[in-house]
Amino acid sequence: MKVEEVAVDNGVNVQALLGAREALTAAPEAARFNWRATSDWVNGTHTKHEVEGYFGLGEEHKHRTAFAFDTDHPELFAAEDNGATPVEVVLVGLAGCLTGGIAAVAQHRGIQLKSVKAILEGSMDMQGILGIDSDVRNGFDGIKVSYLIDADATQEEIAALVAQSQKRSAVFDVITNPTDVHVEVAKA
Amino acid sequence: MIGADSHSPAGTVDVVVIGAGHCGLAISHYLTAASVDHVILERGEIANSWRHERWDSLRLLTPNWQSRLPGYRYAGDRPDTYMDMGEVIEFISGYAAHSNAPVYTETEVTSVKPTDGGYRVITNRGEWRTRALVIASGACNLPAVPGLAAHLPSSIQQITPRGYRNPEQLEDGGVLVVGASATGLQLAEELQLSGRQVTLAVGEHVRLPRTYRGLDIQWWMEVIGLFDEGLDAVDDVQRVRGLASPQLIGSDEHRTLDLNALSSIGVKLVGRLAGIRGRRAQFSGSLRNFCSLADLKTNRLLDSIDDWIEAHGIGSAIDPAERPVPTRLDDRPALGLDLGGGAIRSVVWATGYRPDYSWLGLPVLDRKGHLRHRGGVVDAPGVFALGLPFMRRRKSTFIHGADDDAREISENLRAYLDLQSRLRLAG
Repeated sequence: MKVEEVAVDNGVNVQALLGAREALTAAPEAARFNWRATSDWVNGTHTKHEVEGYFGLGEEHKHRTAFAFDTDHPELFAAEDNGATPVEVVLVGLAGCLTGGIAAVAQHRGIQLKSVKAILEGSMDMQGILGIDSDVRNGFDGIKVSYLIDADATQEEIAALVAQSQKRSAVFDVITNPTDVHVEVAKA
Repeated sequence: MIGADSHSPAGTVDVVVIGAGHCGLAISHYLTAASVDHVILERGEIANSWRHERWDSLRLLTPNWQSRLPGYRYAGDRPDTYMDMGEVIEFISGYAAHSNAPVYTETEVTSVKPTDGGYRVITNRGEWRTRALVIASGACNLPAVPGLAAHLPSSIQQITPRGYRNPEQLEDGGVLVVGASATGLQLAEELQLSGRQVTLAVGEHVRLPRTYRGLDIQWWMEVIGLFDEGLDAVDDVQRVRGLASPQLIGSDEHRTLDLNALSSIGVKLVGRLAGIRGRRAQFSGSLRNFCSLADLKTNRLLDSIDDWIEAHGIGSAIDPAERPVPTRLDDRPALGLDLGGGAIRSVVWATGYRPDYSWLGLPVLDRKGHLRHRGGVVDAPGVFALGLPFMRRRKSTFIHGADDDAREISENLRAYLDLQSRLRLAG
């Protein structure tokens, strides 16, 4: 498929992305990135998080500004509800990744998007994290993502956008495949 | 020359072709026609991989009418069926005899070294001096088994399609087949029908119906021009080169072998094998998406066939348009499988092949171990390749794809020899 030169504008600079792909093919060591978040407990289940620096293309970078997030649990769990629950943040990450991917793939395929809305639902049996039933896992037992997309394209082309975005999505991969997680502890 | 040691001179030629499969024989045809002095060195027998590295029930994915090589084609009375391995061996051996190809069998190349104006080709039967080289040793020499194979419990038997012949080789009991290529699906079906419960791990795959609107899918792909598409027809040739073989089987009934056909005989479909933790195999949650991608892609192909039919006004003469049933999946495909409980006795790695260039002592490999080449012109003077995936065209790895590539590479090769001769005279 060729890059369309018509006036499709989803706000994605496809040429820059293709250029980056070419550059990183030639210098694969520069493709190694390190993403970070820092986290600081407040009280109860309330924690404040910050995202600012990251490493890539062989050097340190900073976001334009430091981004702050709060996570907490809802009052239903006798908490103060100062922010989204961490599992909801996972859904946000998945939506951000898939929707960004849809915009990029649409731009590459010359498809003008008008609106892209998604509803994400993660189902969970609380018997897992509460330790009631050891056969029940802690995490989601399934995630459902429903997209509602208005675009200058056929239903099949839109379905192909969403499928291609999943194929290239980092968060979709993180959620659908196992990842080795190494947690270590130092005394403050 | 039998009994000669590897460094005793075997001969001097303009071109050494490595491998007497259909590609090596095809370029030999053009070299002979142009009176280019050459030999074909073959590690075993003519059509060696077809003789020794295929399973018993395998038949070609392409119908007999499509089995054609330069100056030679299938001439039997069953053009619409698919050759079994015996017939393929006969076809390729017949071609070698027909074209009187200068094949040296049982001659294994152990290394290639650059030398003044050409190469030394060292074999188990002496050393050849040559000005140019054609690597036609195939793209499927070694099974590409993922690293996590090493983490399987030792109680589980492991086998690759290169070593697999028939179900009797496997212990009774459940089988995990990894990979949803033509190979993966064919072996999954055969093993399930042998009475073993098969679980098939499915990643990215290519779904094709055997026939469409009453005609073989290979015929459609040929007439609409897909097989002739060149490198500029695809936007990411590396991706296309890495695709699994399309899910097809050659059978007298022209039946379609897809994931739905396997589900209906009881094969369990799971996602890509993503990890092994302790005794547990972990499958990716991406199964649904890979099936959607494949279904969408199949329908796009059928759309383009329908467009061609409409443009040629033949729609009323053939079967009506139809679309395959979308791939059926369980509501909750399994994400894991206990490998230690005895339910799985063996694993079949249908995870593809890679070429073996361990003998090729030239700095022409990329970091993934593939030849650095542009359309078969390798990144070393006078070195050419044939039969690599999408080398110049979509059909490059097919038997019927050898002709165009071999003809063009033979022209590149002659131009190279000609230029080299003139430079030598000028020098």
